[in-house]
Amino acid sequence: MPDQTPHVERACPGCNRRRFTTAGVGSLAIAGIGSAVFGYEFLSPNALYEPSPIVDAGKPERYPPGSVTPDAQSGLYVVHGPEGIYALSAVCTHLGCVTAWRPELDMVACPCHGSKFHIDGVKIEGPAPRPLPWLKAWLNDEGNLMIDRSEALTRKQYVRVQA
Amino acid sequence: MNSLYSRLRGTAVWRSVFRSGTGDTNLHRSLTVQQNIFLHLASVKIRRRALEFGVTWYLGTLSMASFVILVVTGVLLMLYYHPSVPQAYADMKDLQFVVSAGVFLRNLHRWAAHAMVVLVFAHMFKVFYRGAYRPPREFNWVVGVMLLLLTLFLSYTGYLLPWDQLAFWAITVGSNIISAVPAMGAKIRFLMLGGHTVNANALLRFYVLHCVILPLIAAVFLAVHFWRIRKDGGLYTGDKPRE
Repeated sequence: MPDQTPHVERACPGCNRRRFTTAGVGSLAIAGIGSAVFGYEFLSPNALYEPSPIVDAGKPERYPPGSVTPDAQSGLYVVHGPEGIYALSAVCTHLGCVTAWRPELDMVACPCHGSKFHIDGVKIEGPAPRPLPWLKAWLNDEGNLMIDRSEALTRKQYVRVQA
Repeated sequence: MNSLYSRLRGTAVWRSVFRSGTGDTNLHRSLTVQQNIFLHLASVKIRRRALEFGVTWYLGTLSMASFVILVVTGVLLMLYYHPSVPQAYADMKDLQFVVSAGVFLRNLHRWAAHAMVVLVFAHMFKVFYRGAYRPPREFNWVVGVMLLLLTLFLSYTGYLLPWDQLAFWAITVGSNIISAVPAMGAKIRFLMLGGHTVNANALLRFYVLHCVILPLIAAVFLAVHFWRIRKDGGLYTGDKPRE
């Protein structure tokens, strides 16, 4: 198509559409990268208002020998077995539902997809890929039982209490 | 680079999105505008004179730019804001002191809001004193008045959201002014606040108005406003049409 635009005096000699476009696209690219970085920083919260992973489970005397005490709110069981007290995660390793302790069956059962576990965490049946993890538990200076839900134990550890 | 671009424009995917096809004839250029839902609000051709700074001072475009900034920053601020008492105040303080770039976005939202009110007023003065409101543009002036009111309502509803003393008393005073409306003033105030005092219901109502209802209405009016510029013969330049 022949150029039909009338001749205009240029205020800026040497300026042309290509240079303008290059400068514009370049500026937009820089602004885009900056926005992406700032956007990522903005979207990552710096302060979380979530419950602490460390739970104060109270005095160990609350858990008599041979008892299983579910705490659905914290998602764990405090078990007082023959070798001592341990804390077992109640969060199913399949897709994160909170399991239920069924004393009449002597097992832990997940209501979502039917996984079943022994009270030491070992799976009996169902789709769960791993046993329920044991959680780090200790007595603090006041003698309260503390449980860290963020830390799974790699081997069995018991909190021993005076009978 | 150029040939890559033309190859891209020839692909089946591109052609399925942009049906106007390649080519630089006037017909193709017109179709490019007409067949694009975003571009079709604007006219296919524009007078060179209408692009000059002196004609509009770009005040309408700048108002729209403020609106876009306000939508983007506002949506981002919503990610950290709970419209509940007294959480709203804590969230606003978190945005200022805890969230990365939060103070930047909050201040950008605030400054753009002030700028939009000023720019919309300036835009209307410019239109008024140049006589650009006259027929056939008289309806678009009315649409513009609605947009001015929407801008002010958006400003007012956003004022309450920080839930600080300034916000609380501003809305207390403002809602009492509304109760001066004859006969139904008290009823309007009751419906607006969702109660008799500025409280949790009022905060939630203002939040929904500010973030959903008013922006949606404004978007519809903006679309009509821009479309009417084209339908009313393009931007008013004050020149006699050239034959």
